[in-house]
Amino acid sequence: MNMKKVIKISNLTKKFGNFTAVDHISFDVEEGEIFGFLGANGAGKTTAMQMLCGISMPTAGEGTVAGYDIIKENELIKRNIGYMSQKFSLYEDLKVWENIRLFGGIYGLTDKVISTKTDELLKRLDFKDERNTLVKYLPLGWKQKLAFSVAIFHKPKIVFMDEPTGGVDPAMRRQFWEMIYEAADQGITVFVTTHYMDEAEYCNRVSIMVDGRIDALDTPAKLRGHFNAGSMDEVFRQLARKAKRGD
Amino acid sequence: MIEVKDLHKSYTKGKVNALNGVTFSVKDGEIFGVIGPDGAGKSSLFRILASLLLPDSGIALMNGHDVIKDYREIRQIIGYMPGRFSLYQDLSVEENLTFFATLFNTTIEENYHLIKDIYQQIEPFKNRRAGALSGGMKQKLALSCALIHKPEILILDEPTTGVDPVSRKEFWDMLKRLKEQGITILVSTAYMDEAGRCDRIALMREGEFIANNTPQGIIDDYAETLWSVEGTGMSALLSELRSHSKIKSSFAFGDKIHVTVEGGLKTGELKEYLTKKEFSDVRIDPIQPTVEDCFMALTI
Repeated sequence: MNMKKVIKISNLTKKFGNFTAVDHISFDVEEGEIFGFLGANGAGKTTAMQMLCGISMPTAGEGTVAGYDIIKENELIKRNIGYMSQKFSLYEDLKVWENIRLFGGIYGLTDKVISTKTDELLKRLDFKDERNTLVKYLPLGWKQKLAFSVAIFHKPKIVFMDEPTGGVDPAMRRQFWEMIYEAADQGITVFVTTHYMDEAEYCNRVSIMVDGRIDALDTPAKLRGHFNAGSMDEVFRQLARKAKRGD
Repeated sequence: MIEVKDLHKSYTKGKVNALNGVTFSVKDGEIFGVIGPDGAGKSSLFRILASLLLPDSGIALMNGHDVIKDYREIRQIIGYMPGRFSLYQDLSVEENLTFFATLFNTTIEENYHLIKDIYQQIEPFKNRRAGALSGGMKQKLALSCALIHKPEILILDEPTTGVDPVSRKEFWDMLKRLKEQGITILVSTAYMDEAGRCDRIALMREGEFIANNTPQGIIDDYAETLWSVEGTGMSALLSELRSHSKIKSSFAFGDKIHVTVEGGLKTGELKEYLTKKEFSDVRIDPIQPTVEDCFMALTI
């Protein structure tokens, strides 16, 4: 694997008044890596992810994402990453092609590029008959596949995904992960949160946040070994039990 | 007891079929789980049973009360927790609970025993606005509000969606204690691993129940030969398995691959085949299916 670091942060901290949501976290992510960002509800995952995406300023700490400084160059970060979540990904009242057009435009692609790439994309997803379908009429699994394709449409260096597979049916959930692998093979770094512990196994490395800190970070196999656990679910349970923050 | 017969529901003038003839029954004091992906029709079904949505056709009785004619009685005997957080964000924890108690002519004190277990965990924050609670606390408050009038039947629409594995387990422990107090519980989830916490489950997809049994019964009905395959290079291993003529399906399950195979293929034979293709550390074991395997076998 190419050892270029696309995320590099040290002592990243975010306080809201007296409450330390993210507490001096440090880690690197390499190019083309699939990095699983796990933690219990309220552990600080979303806040940390917002700082990495350049939409929230850290209280302390520093770092670069896609080669740009998270404090001074946060606008440039936004242009070089893709983002999707289960809650927000596509506009329900726009057609499939309109969503692609809109996001392509937002990410600064020209009309000509968008038009050629739209045809390619619809063909690859086997969506040709759905070009004019309103997104709200697509089954969730299809929607998530399309949302992921749109999030990486502009070939970002990194794609951030917040629980992309919540509620997706089992076969689709796996097909979705196969798309993630393809993107990683093309050199796109994948930063993903999930509550499905089987999906943690599909990541190259996994970090687990507890009370704003990163308490474990390694490959799934090494984490299982270290915690003497049969599955990532067990690793997660052991760590989450130590949490003191009320939920 | 819940009795449902041939429920149909469609939206946008018949374009979207949410329920396509659903029939089932739930016994008193049972935990009945409806398991399926988003869009399967779970919320439509639950909203009809909570008397909040009218079916196109079919019959549903909640402890003998008809969901269409007897909606007033139904609302007295059920507790409903919708999928989206639906409490008053600008009221405090305690104000929300008092409000729901008042609606049903009762008080927090009168039914405190029912919610004690759950409410005690959020009581230290009783003056906090509901909108400022964390996800797990919101869920506990919503459940307390659904219980405060001592319902006979509890309808919970995806109470654990977006909840981490540890909090999910705690939530199911709470449901178990409510069941022990005699409450009938109808609960939906998209997490297949929660099936084992139910007395009986229905697997739901595209508006239909594709299976309805005890979790063990669903597993016993599994007709495929299922193996777990391990080896180095998961991605390449997966494509190799998919191109094998005697393998019907292959899907990743955590750090292993589950394959269904045609009769006649032996584990040793496949192991030898994969080793020849230069996969190392290959290990193949026949395994018992999980509910997720069963769901996949029924849908692909």
